[in-house]
Amino acid sequence: MLTKRVIPCLDVIRRRVTKGVKFQNNVDLGDPVEMAVRYSDGGCDELVVYDITASAEHRPIDIEMVRDVARAIRIPFAVGGGLATVSDMSRVLLAGAEKVSVNSLAVRNPEVISEGARAFGAQCIVLGMDPVATADTARCPSGYEVTTRGFRERTGLDAVVWARRAEQLGAGEIVVNSVDADGTRAGFELTVTRLIAEAVRIPVVASGGAGRPEHLRDAFRLAHADAAIVAGMIHTGDYTLRQIKDALHADGVPVRLHW
Amino acid sequence: MIAIVDYRAGNLTSVRLAFQALGLEAHVTSDPETILSAGRVVFPGVGAAGSAMASLAELGLTPALRTVAARGTPFLGICLGTQILLDFSEEDGGTPTLGLLPGRVPRFSPSDPWDKVPQIGWNQVRFVRPHPLLAGIEDGSEFYFVHSFYPVPADPALALGTTDYAGVTFASMLGRGNVAATQFHPEKSGRLGLRLLANFATWTGADSPC
Repeated sequence: MLTKRVIPCLDVIRRRVTKGVKFQNNVDLGDPVEMAVRYSDGGCDELVVYDITASAEHRPIDIEMVRDVARAIRIPFAVGGGLATVSDMSRVLLAGAEKVSVNSLAVRNPEVISEGARAFGAQCIVLGMDPVATADTARCPSGYEVTTRGFRERTGLDAVVWARRAEQLGAGEIVVNSVDADGTRAGFELTVTRLIAEAVRIPVVASGGAGRPEHLRDAFRLAHADAAIVAGMIHTGDYTLRQIKDALHADGVPVRLHW
Repeated sequence: MIAIVDYRAGNLTSVRLAFQALGLEAHVTSDPETILSAGRVVFPGVGAAGSAMASLAELGLTPALRTVAARGTPFLGICLGTQILLDFSEEDGGTPTLGLLPGRVPRFSPSDPWDKVPQIGWNQVRFVRPHPLLAGIEDGSEFYFVHSFYPVPADPALALGTTDYAGVTFASMLGRGNVAATQFHPEKSGRLGLRLLANFATWTGADSPC
């Protein structure tokens, strides 16, 4: 049986992992390569590394960091942050990442998804999206609107419409990072995650809000996510990946227990 | 020397890094002579069967691959590399492939809408019979998969391991003689995947446990 993936997320600013709430009040957590090794040894199923200020600072992603992570771990990892073109993606993939994650820039230029999928295969292209609940259901019938630039900009784009479009363009996977749940550690936003999981035939990753193992269980069981991202709950040491996976296993969720 | 065949089918960095982590010399190459002179050949690949076959033809690699497979050189297919070792892939409207192992490659067509395609993630491989590449790895271990199509060998005896997904039990590892092939990615499957690659690096090419 295919197991549900638990994926730590490393938000990196100038080669330090940081954690903030809704992209603010960032706290230094450590070296990204050391943390990647620790989580890989600890049993994570994949990793995501975001260079979170590359886009805002209009600079290329820290490729040396990607190379060092690739040398250090033997499990798949995705990289995101400021990837605007196929050649940006190519550099990251050749440095050893398995996947590239596009977000704001794909909203502005959706063709980057299809160009990336054609060049590297759909399995390499992850669409990250940051939906927020909206009352404006005339504009966004699903009740969720896509935001960009670290939640700063609303796009008027319906989250479900955008997910379907991204699938058609050739995305291999969609990360649904709820703006409302991000950093709260009060649980994933199950409604939008499930809406998108229902709308597309490709895997969906729940993101934002994980604070306890039962939050992951609910994302898998109730929202039908194929994978879930964890950050604060393991960065702080409140839980180990082993504890999260043991709890999921005890609840009957298929997870990888031997590594 | 281990040759990693580069036929423009995806990113080979992680395959190279995995052998590097084992302290083994592995060269990424598109040169038929290098492949012919290699002691071992790894045939990886991600992407689509149609463009992969076109690239192999364009690079003039097909005869070298046939030669090394036929003469007993330890040979390991991975993912798309595995799929195009068979006769025929349903991908890209139907693509005749290398035919080094008899079989075909259909697409997953799940009846359960929650079974997503591609299959992405760690799934169990149940061993059908002992094989030198599986030494030291426990039956039922999980390996990392990313694929929409799956191998169906014409002879079930070619299956070395099986995996369940989207309502089918498919051959996730195949082998005959010196040719072994995995649908999963040993180079991305952590410690156990590295063990499989280390086993490959010492494998004589014989099909039974030593």
